[in-house]
Amino acid sequence: MALAAPAETYPGKVFEVIIGTEKTAVFGGENVLPFHKFDGSVPNRPVIAYEIQDVAPEDWPDTVKNVYGDAASDPVKWAIFCQNELKAEAIALRLIGTHPDRQDRSAEDAAKTVRAVLDAIEVPLIILGSNHVEKDSAVLVAAANAASGCNCIIGKAQEANYKTIAAAAMAQNHKLIAMSELDINLSKQLGILITQMGFDKEKLITDPMCSALGYGIEYTYSVMERIRLAALAQNDAVMQPPMLADIGMYAWKVKESQAAEADLPQWGSLKERGIAWEVVTAGALLLAGAELLIMRHPESVSAVQKFIDEL
Amino acid sequence: MALSGVEIFKLLPKTNCKKCGHPTCLAFAMKLAQRQASLDACPDVSEEAKIKLGEASAPPFRPITFGEGAKAVKMGEETVLFRHEKKFVNPCAIVVAVKDTDSEESIKAVVAALLDSEIDRVGQRLRLDGLLISNESGDPAKLAQAVALVAGQGAEIPLIISTTDSSAADAALGKIPGKRPILYGANDSNAEAMAETAKKHKAILGVSAPSLDALSDLTDKIKAMGVEDMVIDTGARTAGEILRNNTFIRRAAIKKSAKSVGYPIISFAQRDDDMLEALVASLCVSKYSSIVVLSSIEKWKSLALFTLRQNIYTDPQVPMQVEQKIYDIGETNADAPLMITTNFSLTFFIVSGEVENSKVPVRLAVMDSEGLSVLTAWAAGKFTASKIAQFIQESGVENQISKKELIIPGYVAILSGAIEEKLPGWKVIVGPREANALPAFLKTKN
Repeated sequence: MALAAPAETYPGKVFEVIIGTEKTAVFGGENVLPFHKFDGSVPNRPVIAYEIQDVAPEDWPDTVKNVYGDAASDPVKWAIFCQNELKAEAIALRLIGTHPDRQDRSAEDAAKTVRAVLDAIEVPLIILGSNHVEKDSAVLVAAANAASGCNCIIGKAQEANYKTIAAAAMAQNHKLIAMSELDINLSKQLGILITQMGFDKEKLITDPMCSALGYGIEYTYSVMERIRLAALAQNDAVMQPPMLADIGMYAWKVKESQAAEADLPQWGSLKERGIAWEVVTAGALLLAGAELLIMRHPESVSAVQKFIDEL
Repeated sequence: MALSGVEIFKLLPKTNCKKCGHPTCLAFAMKLAQRQASLDACPDVSEEAKIKLGEASAPPFRPITFGEGAKAVKMGEETVLFRHEKKFVNPCAIVVAVKDTDSEESIKAVVAALLDSEIDRVGQRLRLDGLLISNESGDPAKLAQAVALVAGQGAEIPLIISTTDSSAADAALGKIPGKRPILYGANDSNAEAMAETAKKHKAILGVSAPSLDALSDLTDKIKAMGVEDMVIDTGARTAGEILRNNTFIRRAAIKKSAKSVGYPIISFAQRDDDMLEALVASLCVSKYSSIVVLSSIEKWKSLALFTLRQNIYTDPQVPMQVEQKIYDIGETNADAPLMITTNFSLTFFIVSGEVENSKVPVRLAVMDSEGLSVLTAWAAGKFTASKIAQFIQESGVENQISKKELIIPGYVAILSGAIEEKLPGWKVIVGPREANALPAFLKTKN
């Protein structure tokens, strides 16, 4: 008996988002589940952005910090290194130095860093705060203004601070990341709140909150799958922005990407283990629906690119 | 498609005799429809109904046990496409490939590494499940020799014998009687001989075909020859092909009740590039393979795949838990601070991770809260002052520490007074709300 190949089509579609000006990056736009090219149209590959920081990455494990060496001492040098040496298609600048527990850098300083990085690169820039709700509202507004006209992504707007950040992103014509905590309903609610301000839903990127392999990835995985099914099968417009997986900061913080092989011989080589942690986290979340990834290790990015080639 | 409760009810005796343990035939029918009862419980059901119901109530993917004894692997039985709908049932087996042309030492080393691969994670024992031995040499004697070598060293390891030559298969399977191996495999040109060999040795038959249609025809043909236990290979090798074919098979079996593809899927992820292999294997784990074959044993690769498999196959309705006890993080001495949190595995991982990042040695008391996080457990009355006090008292931790101080999560600051009342002589310190503030908190505290 011949098997009727049960293809599935959906009424909904993920919004396509274009970022950058000189060189642009495009993601989203598919009307099927992730990489289900056999069901319908997948016009764009996911985009992987290299993460850089406004301050030296002292909290990164050596295996990934050493890749950047001296380049990471200065965000402009670091950005140029990612663009020119690593051929980054986008760069994500995390303004972690503005966090009150870190260097508590001012919004003005952050804005200067943003401007300097933008002046040095051609690829699109994603500008991330330090995830400190109060500080981010000041820092990201200053950053959005400094990046005026550059078609960046600003993030992350959360329920407690979305108003100021969304207003600044809207005024300067940027895209905006809306982050909620691992719950499809919270994600939808934040999407509604932001669009009610007049923010264009087609300029949003949903961050349902990332988690690393072994540290709750199944929650992110299932929330992403559910959001994507709601976007496609139920044609729910609030659920249709593409999704972000902020992989690097989660994958490189866990014990598995940091513990020495001497302490845990049954875990094997630390160098490969750290990369594998970032890579497998990325692979699983790509299959769940992430279209924009933020990652740290060049070998991770290159493995994930090969995987996407095969898909 | 599986029958509905009402359709099943029509086939039952409708006597409401209660012999099945259910109050009415309709109630029993509903349980059958949900796969929560077995038709065997009804003594009066007609033969005709048995056949009809048997076909309809069989799970969309045939349950098959690969291997024999303590290390046997259950496969199949999946009922959904997405893990949020219902728990994925039988985790994908991770298998490593060797060739009969490999040296004896290298095969022995792989077997030893496989036997040594078991690790513990959140109370579960995770390990590499089996070995595939391929007849690379084309020489039946060589294959049988390699199989005997492996069986001698690791008698319990489930084995896949990979050859398309039925006489080689016969010789190799003869070395491992009663071990429920997989014979991979049958194809369109050798189906009959392979089916006979599999039957003779009670082996599971791996069946491969170049397309889904051809595969569906071939499994029907082999089933008609009397082989029921099969694992199927669609010939997919790239990530895109694996995703496509596995998705079509899962949909066809679950949504269209296509019995001809309702078998566990075997996928081959071998790549020269280990990192890419890890990615393709993760695809197989997440998207519907029952067996994934790897090229090598690298501990870091296994660890990542074990962890992903455990995560994907957890029950979305039941939180993962860690054991209730006092965990020493770092080199603790009598002066190390004592913290308490709940036993939701994520809470534990995140808190212990941040404590490790702080480099401050800490005693972390993890209290059984039925796997709920701090706020939820508090709201549900499972993380209360009296329960915390009781746990701390019974743990005997008092005798190991110099200062009777307990750090509680910031979210339950409200409990501090009540705990101090119930733990006379103790001082309660309110810690941060979020784990990511722990390093700063612990450093300033010291």
